[in-house]
Amino acid sequence: MTSSSVDSSPEPPARTTIHPVVVRLTHWINAFAMVLMILSGWEIYNAYPILPFKFPASITLGDGLASGILWHFAAMWLLVVNGLLYVGYGFISGRFRRKLLPLHPGAVIADAKAALSGKLDHDNLSQYNAVQRLLYVSVLLAGLLVTLSGLAMWKPVQLQELTALMGGFDNARIVHFAAMAFIVLFTLVHVAMAFLVPRSLLAMLRGR
Amino acid sequence: MNEVPDLRRGPHPDTAVILKEASRLLDPPTRRLFLRNAVGLGTLTMLSGCTVVDDISAQRVLNQMSNFNDRVQAWLFNPQRLAKQYPASAITRPFPFNAFYGREKAPEVDAEAYRLEIAGMAEKTDQWTLPDLHALPRTSQITRHICIEGWSAVGHWEGVRLSDFLARIGADITAKFVTFRCEDNYSTSIDMASALHPQTQLTFWFDGEVLPRIYGFPVRLRIPTKLGFKSAKHIFEIEIGNEYTGGYWETYGYNWFSGL
Repeated sequence: MTSSSVDSSPEPPARTTIHPVVVRLTHWINAFAMVLMILSGWEIYNAYPILPFKFPASITLGDGLASGILWHFAAMWLLVVNGLLYVGYGFISGRFRRKLLPLHPGAVIADAKAALSGKLDHDNLSQYNAVQRLLYVSVLLAGLLVTLSGLAMWKPVQLQELTALMGGFDNARIVHFAAMAFIVLFTLVHVAMAFLVPRSLLAMLRGR
Repeated sequence: MNEVPDLRRGPHPDTAVILKEASRLLDPPTRRLFLRNAVGLGTLTMLSGCTVVDDISAQRVLNQMSNFNDRVQAWLFNPQRLAKQYPASAITRPFPFNAFYGREKAPEVDAEAYRLEIAGMAEKTDQWTLPDLHALPRTSQITRHICIEGWSAVGHWEGVRLSDFLARIGADITAKFVTFRCEDNYSTSIDMASALHPQTQLTFWFDGEVLPRIYGFPVRLRIPTKLGFKSAKHIFEIEIGNEYTGGYWETYGYNWFSGL
């Protein structure tokens, strides 16, 4: 590559990058793996529902319990490997601390009021407002909970302390479902916001 | 797959199962090679006259992941780790009936004529009568039966430790698999490590009485370290061997190891 091509490059200097490539890559892989996990999870749920409804077969992943489980326990590895990469990077690089902290209830309430009255600006995408911080921290915790309750159901003998912590096998299903429901609600809001502020979606695609 | 000129027929509906079954017979390196090349070779296409290309890719990956999960679970399995025992007050009554048929179809087995057969890698392959089996040292457990569907129930099972029984028949415990064949044409197989687990039981009594017909009379397996469908009912043959034998639900794509 010649020096002139570098000079004429439209790429901005590194410091304006909001989302480094690791974050963008793991974000989209996670989105894909999560969709596989949730839709196959609904197929598994349908085999023995714990609530008085089933998910329509047209929106679930897998044709019957056996294939729902095959999908769930295959996508699981993608989610786990990708999740460890993302969480590891978040802690080691200090990104979690920089982006998600501090988190004060007062700031959350103030920003929530501002958002609802349309006064919350999104000029600086590199800095999350207090509502965003709360939601991102919450969904990370829900991710942890859905993983732990999933492990509790998968290995209720080998990991019986974890299963006991979840309130037993039957209760672990409820915890797993509730965490999934929270993640789905988060995702709906998250996607709606991304389309309301399209620059934020672009930033997650091209980094700035 | 545009380069394949003449695809008049669709893939065989059981292609994935056939491939998986075939692959199970191979040693692991050959199996990986086989599964990796199954599509590319086109050998099966030529032999069977039907294409395996279309439907197979996703299913192939899923089956490979399931085989990988078998190995992960075998690695996670701790032979000393006991399933939780419950007090008698926790027993679920009535205990759920579950099979691939309705409860009225559960097999009627004649207690007098019944014989348990032993096959494969064992020194003593004599048949066992029910009174002989009932005379074996008795162990008892109140444990949770967890179904792959998501329900669970606590039951009380009594019988002989499978490890004791295997010792009595001189089974080669270096063999890989123990297979159970049943009066209702059901079958399943387990790994030797799980077969030797202290809570793995050949069961003759349930909830204080002789094993009722719907719960697997006269002999069933009770293995609290695995999902419910591995606890085969109405067993008439136990085989010890090194060849993968799969099982009824396993051929429908249910994970073979299914450890808890």
